[in-house]
Amino acid sequence: MSNELIEFVLVSIALLGIGIYGLAVKRNAIRMLFAVEIIVNAANLNLVAFARFMPHSGGQTLALFSIAIAAAEVAVGLALIIVAYRMYKNIDIADFRSLKG
Amino acid sequence: MADALFLAISVLTIGSAIAALEMRSLVYGSIALMGTLGGVAGFYVMLDSPFVAMFQLAVYVGSIAVLILFTVMLVKRELIFKKIEDPKRKFAGIGLMLIVILALGAIIMDSGIKSISTDSDPVDFREIGGDFLTYYWPALVLMALILAGSVMGALVLARREDTVENEQRTD
Repeated sequence: MSNELIEFVLVSIALLGIGIYGLAVKRNAIRMLFAVEIIVNAANLNLVAFARFMPHSGGQTLALFSIAIAAAEVAVGLALIIVAYRMYKNIDIADFRSLKG
Repeated sequence: MADALFLAISVLTIGSAIAALEMRSLVYGSIALMGTLGGVAGFYVMLDSPFVAMFQLAVYVGSIAVLILFTVMLVKRELIFKKIEDPKRKFAGIGLMLIVILALGAIIMDSGIKSISTDSDPVDFREIGGDFLTYYWPALVLMALILAGSVMGALVLARREDTVENEQRTD
């Protein structure tokens, strides 16, 4: 193993920071979903990295669960965005404040 | 010290994460997001976890990215290219990002994990399969139900009502 744990953790922190920036600044609903995906991937990278250096199989198992749940989350999130887009003809979350149509 | 392959993959991952959020067109943004997810899969291969890397490629790069691309195609053309963001909040967001990265980085660099490296053998993926079917089987069943339920929920949500369709035809 030529790489150290700290390098993977630093990449994960950078991805987390970029995701938080996206969630704070963007008002486009699809781009906010991108930011959430980036944060979830940073968390999964951390899990697998720590699991490799323990070494223990639990981290990889948890990462697999996390990937599967993230797939479900994206499907529901995109469906909600499509419904909101049909109501408002826009994907700006400032318009979604009251979801009454 | 990091080798060249690690540096290349981290530049690809972080660069395309920034591109995914900052590119003008949502279509190119989602392709850049594919680059990020593929880069993370590369990290998994470097961490000797080929099973997780395969799962990442199949689920994230294969299905989620395509799902996002199709959703982007359903949105109006002007909205794809319009940048919706508050200029005032942009600097606040960059400041928040720097604070998070510097604070967490300082904490991590100060902690003991700086010097951790390992020579032990990687975990065999057969062990993960065994874990799934023995210790984690209730969670696996629950996850299957959640996945089925959420896919059905997404289909019900995105279904177009007949009345809406008729209204749009008359427009």
